[in-house]
Amino acid sequence: MADFIFWMIWALVVASAALVAFGNNLIHSVFALMGTFLGVAGIYIFLNADFLAVTQIVVYVGGILVLLVFGIMLTNQISTAQISQSSVQKGLGLLVVLGVLTIILTSVLPHDWVGSITPMAFSETVEGIGRLLFTDYLILFEIASVLLLGALIGAATLARKEL
Amino acid sequence: MDHLSSYLVLSAILFSLGLYTVVTRRNAVAILMGVELILNAANINFVAFSKFVTHNLDGHLISVFIIMLAAAEAAVALAIVLNLYNDRGHINVDEANALKQ
Repeated sequence: MADFIFWMIWALVVASAALVAFGNNLIHSVFALMGTFLGVAGIYIFLNADFLAVTQIVVYVGGILVLLVFGIMLTNQISTAQISQSSVQKGLGLLVVLGVLTIILTSVLPHDWVGSITPMAFSETVEGIGRLLFTDYLILFEIASVLLLGALIGAATLARKEL
Repeated sequence: MDHLSSYLVLSAILFSLGLYTVVTRRNAVAILMGVELILNAANINFVAFSKFVTHNLDGHLISVFIIMLAAAEAAVALAIVLNLYNDRGHINVDEANALKQ
């Protein structure tokens, strides 16, 4: 049963990401992106990452996706729900991307990763993440806070009417 | 589901689709969506290796920082896109080739 659910989520992620990449309607692409984000949250649950799954839903679906929808609404004359989008150099792009995919898969799959036979058993990750955040990763945490402040001020300054 | 390779294949496919989106789309918001796909692919890899290879939480921490970075990046990028739209009336990146018009 768990196997079946995993492969359903796997297929959902791939199919919705394909719709993002190949779809002709921008609105459809954004909603497909929501499917991808929710599917990736499900993948996190299968990877024992409970905190990350919730963070994924809150930040991506609740924050970034809403931001993207606002970006689309503010940059198009919305008379219909059909906001078409076009692509350029599809053939060449597909060729390059398939090459990259082949390189990744042929280099990653045959490799014998140490310890890949024994997956870690599930245990709550929130406490461990909090502990690491304020010990080993404290500098990174502080830099992240400065970066977020910079992004906040920068975005607010850039988005003003008179620049 | 209990094998590393199924996650690595998913991550590789997600990365490739994101790369295709970034390379071929003309709309700046669509390109941003491709970047989000690429960042999600990287996150899946970090967490998968954390579970199957290193057996600790370092990969989770890096993923948290990547999600934070994606949020900051989306906010700033959309502010730039709005300016581009106010200036040109469209957000096609292949036509935005002059600093000032």
